[in-house]
Amino acid sequence: MGRLVRRPAVDGWFTTDPVRLVGTRCTSCGTPYFPRNELACRNPACTGPKDGSELEEHPLSARGRIWSYAGNRYRPPPPHVAEEPFRPYAIAAVELEEERIVVLGQVVPGIGVDDLAVGMEVELTVGTLYADDEAEYLIWQWRPVNGASGASP
Amino acid sequence: MSTSTEIAVLGAGMHPWGKWGRDFVEYGLVATRAALADAGLSRRDIQYVVGADTIRNGYPGFVAGATFAQALGWSGARVASCYAACASGAQAIDIARARILAGLCDVALMVGADAAPKGFFKPVGGDRPNDPDWLRFRLLGATNPMYFALYARRRMAVHGATLDDFAAVKVKNARHGLANPNARYRKEVTAEDVQASAVVADPLRLLDICATSDGGAAVVVSSLDFARAHGVPDPVRISAVSTVTPTFPKTVIDLPDFATDSTMTVPEPQRPFRSAIAHAAYEEAGVGPEDLSLAEVYDLSTALELDWYEDIGLCPEGDAEHLLRSGATALGGRLPVNPSGGLASFGEAVPAQAIAQVCELTWQLRGEAEGRQVKNPRVGIAVTQGLFGHGSAIIATR
Repeated sequence: MGRLVRRPAVDGWFTTDPVRLVGTRCTSCGTPYFPRNELACRNPACTGPKDGSELEEHPLSARGRIWSYAGNRYRPPPPHVAEEPFRPYAIAAVELEEERIVVLGQVVPGIGVDDLAVGMEVELTVGTLYADDEAEYLIWQWRPVNGASGASP
Repeated sequence: MSTSTEIAVLGAGMHPWGKWGRDFVEYGLVATRAALADAGLSRRDIQYVVGADTIRNGYPGFVAGATFAQALGWSGARVASCYAACASGAQAIDIARARILAGLCDVALMVGADAAPKGFFKPVGGDRPNDPDWLRFRLLGATNPMYFALYARRRMAVHGATLDDFAAVKVKNARHGLANPNARYRKEVTAEDVQASAVVADPLRLLDICATSDGGAAVVVSSLDFARAHGVPDPVRISAVSTVTPTFPKTVIDLPDFATDSTMTVPEPQRPFRSAIAHAAYEEAGVGPEDLSLAEVYDLSTALELDWYEDIGLCPEGDAEHLLRSGATALGGRLPVNPSGGLASFGEAVPAQAIAQVCELTWQLRGEAEGRQVKNPRVGIAVTQGLFGHGSAIIATR
């Protein structure tokens, strides 16, 4: 069997080289958005045109600190597709320091809730969400920065 | 206290919560008959029917007002159907209240009922890659309990909550629900039972998380003038209904969100979302947390009940564990929370839940909550986190 094509499980939300989440940013007031907001800046105080023309693509910081985390012990219902057999995994809510935004993501396989702590520094990577006959579908994931340890929030 | 925003609760009724395997319309009808009998009114007296919608029961669920009106027998009454996730029932009450206060009708019926599938709630069917609710399941596998678990873990890290505290909430609410004939679970639960239950969304265990249930609830409300003419000079009154939206930037990840708003350009609002919902209700009713006799809060998880203590002003932020451990929020304590047994004893029947909370406030304020009666209550609050930016707080007084 040949090597499967690797493609994002969702279009336009992240890049793989470099690994970055891609949102948008308001050129009038500077507010960043993830997932990408292309309709209108949502900051009520923003004086921009608010017709979408003020929003430009904006890669987000690839590092942040864990705001909270949780462990998924059971297979989520469809439309989730998980590898067989189901392996429990963690989800982390990560605060990006520069953007001041908390973003959810799966934590890389092999890192469980016992390895995580609120305040721990993590960085973005990509991993496999699932695969079918055509392709391997990629998703962004968080992994602890090498040598990181749990810090107080 | 202002009287200009008050309406009377004339009747309250419920179909017991459970897994009955029947149609949601039946649960709504049973609740309606009970509410009408409680009010001493007949179907023909109802001028306005508001149905809180269910999204899991096909087309009849999306037009619940008309579905219940038809089942009761078409009478030419005005009708509305509304959906606001867990706050649907509160929104139904809010729009009926507005119509009564505007003088457009005197007496209205609100009904919410659900027949819930087994297991995790999941998005309604079909591929919808632009729907964040579909995407959060697809891309993250983030079930509702996973969001509750994120809040719980945050509470443990920031405020020192323990798994024992979470278990204590379940033990308390299970005890409250023992004597409630409408509760699904009417059994003592020990801290050991909670600890022995399976971890579902770490750190939350099965008994920390509310189940999904079948159930139905209905209330009949009227103008104060109608109540007086009907021979009820001192009814339970609804004095506030708050359904405020969050204020930008929203800094807590609610399901189905992938991210918060950014606080880079605008500072966090003074009151986070849940707290703002309660605050608006207090302002409208002209009362404060110090006036409360009881509270019904939306305990989707045991940990979330602790968040609510702070959100509705029962204690300062970070003190909820102390308040719980003091016994103040148990029946017999200074301010019982979830005397009905809460979602812990009921499980969630989404569109019925906020109406069921008002049933409980009504029975408590009348002194009719047999086996779980709060002593001499005057003011009660009921709150939901409707998620997706919907939420509600209702204040009832006597």
